[in-house]
Amino acid sequence: MKKKMISRRTFLKQAAFTAAAVSLPLSVVEVSWGKGKSQNFTFAYISDSHLTHIKGSEFVRNFDKGLKKAVTECNFMSPKPDFVVYGGDLAQLGKKEELEHGLEIMSKLRHPVKWVIGEHDYYLDLGKFWREKISNLYYSFDHKGVHFVVLNSILTYDSWINKWATPEERMANMARLDNPNGSPFMVKEEQIAWLKKDLANVSKDTPIIVMSHSPLYKIFKPWNFWTEDAEKVQALLQPFKKVTVLHGHVHQILYNQIGNITFQAMLSTAWPWPYPPSYIQKPHQVPKLTVFMNRADPFHERDATGWSILNLENGRVINHFKLWENKDRVLRYDEKLGYPVDVEYQDPAKRIPPQTHY
Amino acid sequence: MKKQCAFLMISTFLVALFLTLKAGAAPLGLPEVKIPPDNPQTMEKVRLGEKLFLDKRFSLDGTVSCATCHDPAKAFADGLPVAEGIKKLKGMRNSPTVLNAVYYTTQFWDGRVKTLEEQAKAPFINPVEHGLKSHDPIITIIKSDPEYLKEFKKVFGVKPEEITIDHVVKAIAAFERTLVSGDSPFDRYMYGQDKTAMSEAAIRGLEIYRTKARCQDCHTIGQTNAIFTDNKFHNLGVGFSVIEENLFEIVEKFKKAKEAGKDIDESVLTNKEASELGRFVVTLNIEDIGRFKTPTLRNVALTAPYMHDGSLNTLEEVIELYDQGGEENPMLDSGIRPLRLTDQEKSDLLEFLKALTSPEVAAKMKK
Repeated sequence: MKKKMISRRTFLKQAAFTAAAVSLPLSVVEVSWGKGKSQNFTFAYISDSHLTHIKGSEFVRNFDKGLKKAVTECNFMSPKPDFVVYGGDLAQLGKKEELEHGLEIMSKLRHPVKWVIGEHDYYLDLGKFWREKISNLYYSFDHKGVHFVVLNSILTYDSWINKWATPEERMANMARLDNPNGSPFMVKEEQIAWLKKDLANVSKDTPIIVMSHSPLYKIFKPWNFWTEDAEKVQALLQPFKKVTVLHGHVHQILYNQIGNITFQAMLSTAWPWPYPPSYIQKPHQVPKLTVFMNRADPFHERDATGWSILNLENGRVINHFKLWENKDRVLRYDEKLGYPVDVEYQDPAKRIPPQTHY
Repeated sequence: MKKQCAFLMISTFLVALFLTLKAGAAPLGLPEVKIPPDNPQTMEKVRLGEKLFLDKRFSLDGTVSCATCHDPAKAFADGLPVAEGIKKLKGMRNSPTVLNAVYYTTQFWDGRVKTLEEQAKAPFINPVEHGLKSHDPIITIIKSDPEYLKEFKKVFGVKPEEITIDHVVKAIAAFERTLVSGDSPFDRYMYGQDKTAMSEAAIRGLEIYRTKARCQDCHTIGQTNAIFTDNKFHNLGVGFSVIEENLFEIVEKFKKAKEAGKDIDESVLTNKEASELGRFVVTLNIEDIGRFKTPTLRNVALTAPYMHDGSLNTLEEVIELYDQGGEENPMLDSGIRPLRLTDQEKSDLLEFLKALTSPEVAAKMKK
């Protein structure tokens, strides 16, 4: 892996796309901005661990290892992150054993956690355990001049939720990647109304970061890389000058720009998904912008999994993907171009075969 | 008398090897040896290097030479869990064999130097190895030895006052570049087209090595030759328990010490916690904690004990370690997992590992 120090100045240079693979400990060059209302800070994102209970105190080893590795490495962050976001799908089948096991592993983190619920956490008990023991399902908070919103974007039609004979059956049907008996994700009216009120008091200059489990745009419906009422949510966000949506669920690097909104997907600690174009039977809307992850080596169960170190700079998110057993990636918003770019590979001439051979 | 025996043993071995290598062909199953442009091979340089390799005077109390830990009669290792230097002072790491070390792209278990030349400099001045405070005593001894002066003049064209430690290590490295061994039963089977060269069990073992046991991915066998290493660093969890509980403090302490200029070479052989950090001490990359270089498996049946800390005595124990999925720890290499080998498979794998012994190396083993 290439290791180079990042200097703040280099980052902000419009023309230079310098390789900025970061190694821990990360040192963020502190530059204080005289103007601009939001401060710069660092946070981390760990997501999609899918801890799977086998029996008794036995859990699937592979997925335990992924989460434990992320927690250990995150603890080494220097400077420390202000908080760590857990992006959802802590459990695989929403079982109490899995959620408790996840909380136990996450308790080793030395930093505060902000929680986002995923469908694998929700559909067994409709969020009861999560609400009682972990966190609210949707909420907002302000941090150093940035307005954060957490949404539960993995809801679906009540009719679908109510049609199953048992909670386990309902959960099993939401757990599959490509279930024809599945149902699209949505935010629904209650949250949209809440979001409208929540944003009413936020100035249009304030940077907004929305965190949800599923992407708040439409990528690939057969795999539920999708939010059915995404446009309604986006409409509420478009008036703001700097909006970033961070999400999990897709287990791959995926990024897009729709109007004022930058979308960035976070990695899974458990396993990668193939990219939708590989499923050639159905049309897809994978953003052309995205530079795909390097094709994973199946020998290494951690290849194409990982977590992220995020720097909030000038109201935008710079995303350092810590890709285990592979090269790190850095994504930053280019002010001149008006969309996020991979600092090393965005230029098509710079792509390498592992990114195109799938 | 013993010294002369060793000398003679290696010499005959060497002449044959040198002539073979000069012709451009490495032993069966090995790739070409790369000779650096600034240190060309000559027979005289190799002989000089061998002599330096055996010279015990280059140590604090005159008891330790390179051959102490890299004994020609013990497959150029020492049969001990960790190396023992002057005054029988124990280090922290298992002495790797010099045989085929030329094929590594870095030297030492943590790859802290790149070349054989650089590697040779370090043990002389390590307090638990040769124990010298600097390389000066070596140069002094050489300058006082007319035989050496003649040889250095012949090999490097240098006057006595021009001799430096770089000449010394160049000669040693040149000697080490002849210490290659192939032509094992495996080599004859795989590259020599002799399907009877390995036993049935070893042939089954090779198949397991490449599939269920997953050895091939790090201990690489190539299509035309095999060096049995990927030249990368991996965490198996061996020895990790030493640092696991206080990992953050140990990492912080080490980073501060390194920044303050503390020598890594001394740290890793005298400080157990620093030693178990592995590759991290070189790169300061968190993901390298507890990682050690993949060693070659050539002659592995002759170079017990095993692992960077010499903690495993037998190949059976090594196979058990891999079968259980290494030692659990947060930085475990993601290619390591429980294998669920049957007893027959473990036994066949063992037979295969024994087939990696080069006959001429086995012949020289001290009985």
